[in-house]
Amino acid sequence: MVEFALPKNSRITTGKTWPKPEGATNVRKFQIYRWNPDDGKTPQVDTYFLDMDKCGPMVLDALIKIKNEIDPTLTFRRSCREGICGSCAMNIDGINTLACIYGLDEVKGDVKIYPLPHMSVVKDLIPDLTHFYAQHASIMPWLETKTNRPAKEWKQSIEDRKKLDGLYECVMCASCSTACPSYWWNGDRYLGPAALLHAYRWIIDSRDEATGERLDQLEDPFKLYRCHTIMNCAKTCPKGLNPAKAIAHIKEMMVERTV
Amino acid sequence: MNYLTDRKRAEGLGAGRAGTHHHWQMMVSSILLVVLVPAFVITFGLGLGGTYEEVLAYYGRPVPAIITGLTLVVGIVHLMRETLVAVEDYMHGLAEKLTLIAVSAFSYTMIAAGLFALVKLAL
Repeated sequence: MVEFALPKNSRITTGKTWPKPEGATNVRKFQIYRWNPDDGKTPQVDTYFLDMDKCGPMVLDALIKIKNEIDPTLTFRRSCREGICGSCAMNIDGINTLACIYGLDEVKGDVKIYPLPHMSVVKDLIPDLTHFYAQHASIMPWLETKTNRPAKEWKQSIEDRKKLDGLYECVMCASCSTACPSYWWNGDRYLGPAALLHAYRWIIDSRDEATGERLDQLEDPFKLYRCHTIMNCAKTCPKGLNPAKAIAHIKEMMVERTV
Repeated sequence: MNYLTDRKRAEGLGAGRAGTHHHWQMMVSSILLVVLVPAFVITFGLGLGGTYEEVLAYYGRPVPAIITGLTLVVGIVHLMRETLVAVEDYMHGLAEKLTLIAVSAFSYTMIAAGLFALVKLAL
């Protein structure tokens, strides 16, 4: 049976409150989820205060400032700081998004930061994405061809290339999949919006010759059909993509080849 | 602790080779219900308030009886399929299997009871 409440060892308690910066007039409060697998404690929410006159505009700027100047034990992933690598995905103010492209001015009141929901936590704001990446690998995210390789390149018309717009931009940050209730309850079997968006990206690639095999692989009540068009994926995607639409197109193709 | 690789865990037992038929059937029954439900509400409403004999006579006519029968069968089958999906969503293991059987048994019983009542009224 699905668990609707957090297990005892995951219940969140109030953590440490760090002192306010001295002499600052423009102070903002940050409440950040903390969990360390090595200290044996349940998760806690620590409170930090930052002088916003000395902080960059994005949530990631604030996190880096906290790590550099207040608490070096705060742990999170980050790399490109411009929405391309997908590393800094986390739940900010109740929304799964990328900390590097989410402005602090978009958050009203205190800034509450949690790891992506319903995933095992490695430490603090770092979720375990092992299964998520394995699911992505299972949809064969590469060009599959049977025709002999052409001398120069696989050609594609401008129109066919345009079909990949809105799909290839996905950075696999996992914001969509971890916002999806179906993925929360059945993430072990349901591929989730991110993997399915990538699956569709290869299904409609005019150069790919494994369309049938790809659809065969998705013909499953759980892998594909756990999508109930809840649309959280499209609402939360920090890149403005629409995985639900891609999933709907896969379902259309499934019907087209059987009915 | 077993030593399954991440990829094997993600692949599971592979694709079940099913799902599209259910998806299509749900679309078909949804479209049918868009027509049937208003038709049922109208015909059922017209039959309300009569005496026992008047209701018997009303359901003895083909249109109200057929619309009621179709709504009963299509509606309950649609509801059953949706409920089965919800059970699959939220329950797992033996409890899931038993609940799936119970929901199916209850739904078919409701269809049988409804049709029996309708036939008794109509004939």
